[in-house]
Amino acid sequence: MAKPTQTNISSLLKPIWGWITKGITPYIILVVYLAISSFLVFNSPRSLPAFLMFVSSVVLLYYLPTKIWYKAVLGVLIIFVIIPIVGVRNIFYLEIIFQICVFAALALGLNILTGFTGLLSFGYIAFYAVGAYLWGFFGGQQMFLLHAIPGSAGPPGKFFLPADTFYLFLFLGFGLAFLVGILLGLPVLRVRGDYLTVVTLGFGEVIRLLATNMDKPLNLTNGPQGISPIQRPTLPEPLLQALRVVLNPIVGHEVTLNEFYNLFFYLLALAIAVVIIIVTVRLDDSKLGRAWIAIREDELAAASMGIPLVTTKLIAFAVAASFAGIMGVIFSASRMFVSPESFIFMQSIGVLTMVILGGLGSIPGVILGAAIVVIINLGILTDLSIYLGELRQSDKVIPIINFAWKNLSSQLDPAKYQRLVFGIILILMMIYRPNGILPAKRRARAIEEHFVELNNNNNEKEAENGAA
Amino acid sequence: MALLETKKVVKRFGGLTAVDRMDFTLEEGRIVSIIGPNGAGKTTFFNTLTGIYKPEEGEIVFDGHPLIGLRPDQITSLHIARTFQNIRLFGNMTVIENIIVGMYPRQRQSAFDALLRTRAFKDEEKSAQDKAIKLMKYVGLGNVGNELARNLPYGAQRRIEIARALASDPKLLLLDEPTAGMNPHETDEAIALFRRIRDELGITILLIEHDMRVVMNISERISVMDYGVKIAEGKPEEIRSNPQVIEAYLGRGAIAEMTAS
Repeated sequence: MAKPTQTNISSLLKPIWGWITKGITPYIILVVYLAISSFLVFNSPRSLPAFLMFVSSVVLLYYLPTKIWYKAVLGVLIIFVIIPIVGVRNIFYLEIIFQICVFAALALGLNILTGFTGLLSFGYIAFYAVGAYLWGFFGGQQMFLLHAIPGSAGPPGKFFLPADTFYLFLFLGFGLAFLVGILLGLPVLRVRGDYLTVVTLGFGEVIRLLATNMDKPLNLTNGPQGISPIQRPTLPEPLLQALRVVLNPIVGHEVTLNEFYNLFFYLLALAIAVVIIIVTVRLDDSKLGRAWIAIREDELAAASMGIPLVTTKLIAFAVAASFAGIMGVIFSASRMFVSPESFIFMQSIGVLTMVILGGLGSIPGVILGAAIVVIINLGILTDLSIYLGELRQSDKVIPIINFAWKNLSSQLDPAKYQRLVFGIILILMMIYRPNGILPAKRRARAIEEHFVELNNNNNEKEAENGAA
Repeated sequence: MALLETKKVVKRFGGLTAVDRMDFTLEEGRIVSIIGPNGAGKTTFFNTLTGIYKPEEGEIVFDGHPLIGLRPDQITSLHIARTFQNIRLFGNMTVIENIIVGMYPRQRQSAFDALLRTRAFKDEEKSAQDKAIKLMKYVGLGNVGNELARNLPYGAQRRIEIARALASDPKLLLLDEPTAGMNPHETDEAIALFRRIRDELGITILLIEHDMRVVMNISERISVMDYGVKIAEGKPEEIRSNPQVIEAYLGRGAIAEMTAS
């Protein structure tokens, strides 16, 4: 029953898609769509539909067939002009985009482990914690509080390291997570399949509990309260002044330092996410990437093809971990705060949801998955909550059934149903689209020409046979 | 000197001795078969050769290298390649990728070459693709390079498996029931292919086979296993008339019946 409907839909869409992608139509559609959505977001900064329309314009930009320079120009325009402007007008959007970048990087990392290599991990967020606590410890005041009671305040305004060592720690976070990935991988890889998953779950929890409990005898992590404040790298004042001159009149208010930091972290996270995307794409189509996927497909056959299983899996662990490590450093600096709360099991599941939703092993898929989950989480659910909250405050009544909104139980707050929504997403995806929204595709190689001769020969033979 | 030599190889699973003091010698450039009834230990013997199982006792020497204690990937690096009884392709990879994975031990690129897309990387990937195309043609595959391996019919999958094994530049090719499930026409093509692989590429072939027609047709020597023990060895015509072999295949009394009739 399901199949004919699918073909119907795709056969309906085909002519439309054909029309959209012909000639200069995509160029016009893109620029018009982008202009309208940007204008809407700019004009009504609180409207979520406008924001969703804007985000979808980025997806369109990726999929519509236009010349690469055109995409590049529009991309640069979106990244450096439109997002900063609409983002500063409603800082919440900047937060959403920042989180999309961070989680896209995490999802790409987990995708290497689970999507490519087939090692299902339930403790991936631990590597994120490693990066976050690394900068939390060195970028905060914890060094002065090693012997203090957890929770005591540090010397005001005094930090152990200068703020700009943050950039160095991006690399250190990368390196440390890489090492931790190998160290965790060594014992984890002694088991296989479901057992491996259970062990990663254990390790994820161990790292979180270490963060919670390493406040005694040396106060390394400040326990459950977490480390705060943590430094952010300095932003050059003259540059900010110059930017204010441009931005203030456009956004309609004096741009604050915090808003500049939001901009800064958005751009940094985006830059690193882009690097991670390039790294993933290039590794995927190389000896190493093929070895990962071969292991996922058939471990025994992979070993028999000369692939060293343990080393190759360890590299997958290390690379996946390093992506999370570097994003962890950015996360702790952008929040100026880090606590074990951020690294609970649900976070690992959240990243896994992104990967499964988008498509295991599919690079554009997991990025889309990250975007959808973040937007559902921060945008749609929160927005619905606020909307219902407003209705509850009002005297409005649903007509016909005569239900007063103020009687609506606060238990029905959508923001509380994040886990329910994740659960439903996972179940529906597993039943209806186990390969994700954008299933993984292998690169098609241009090899037709090598077989033309063969086909011709066959045709000639057939012709001869026919003649005979 | 023999290409492959095993001495008193023993592999046990619990109380069962699957391979029992197996002495086996394979000269370079031969096509040799191992036959025997189901459960005779043929595949287990293959798996001890390729490092999937570690034998409890004995020695295996290939091309001057002792193989005992090496991992499967290390053994493959020494130029031994194999196919599997039940095809084990990488189903969600394209045909051409499957074959390129076979070149893994011969490719020299590092992860950094891949990240920076260096000249050396591009050259190696290009030559890998060219070689894969050549191999596809060699084993008689058409323009299916971009298809996912799992979407192809059985016969084509068998060919891909052989192409993938050849991609690692083997000196010795181990084929585990390569014609199982093939129709007579496909079987004839497969036999011709194995001959070409030996004659043109100079690759020594050791195969496990059930189909007596194939075995008698292609093998220069045959070893017969039963209950983990090698019970006979020789040229096809010798094996055909060996009473122990007939007994192993047809059961005790078979010879008596044959002579009676």
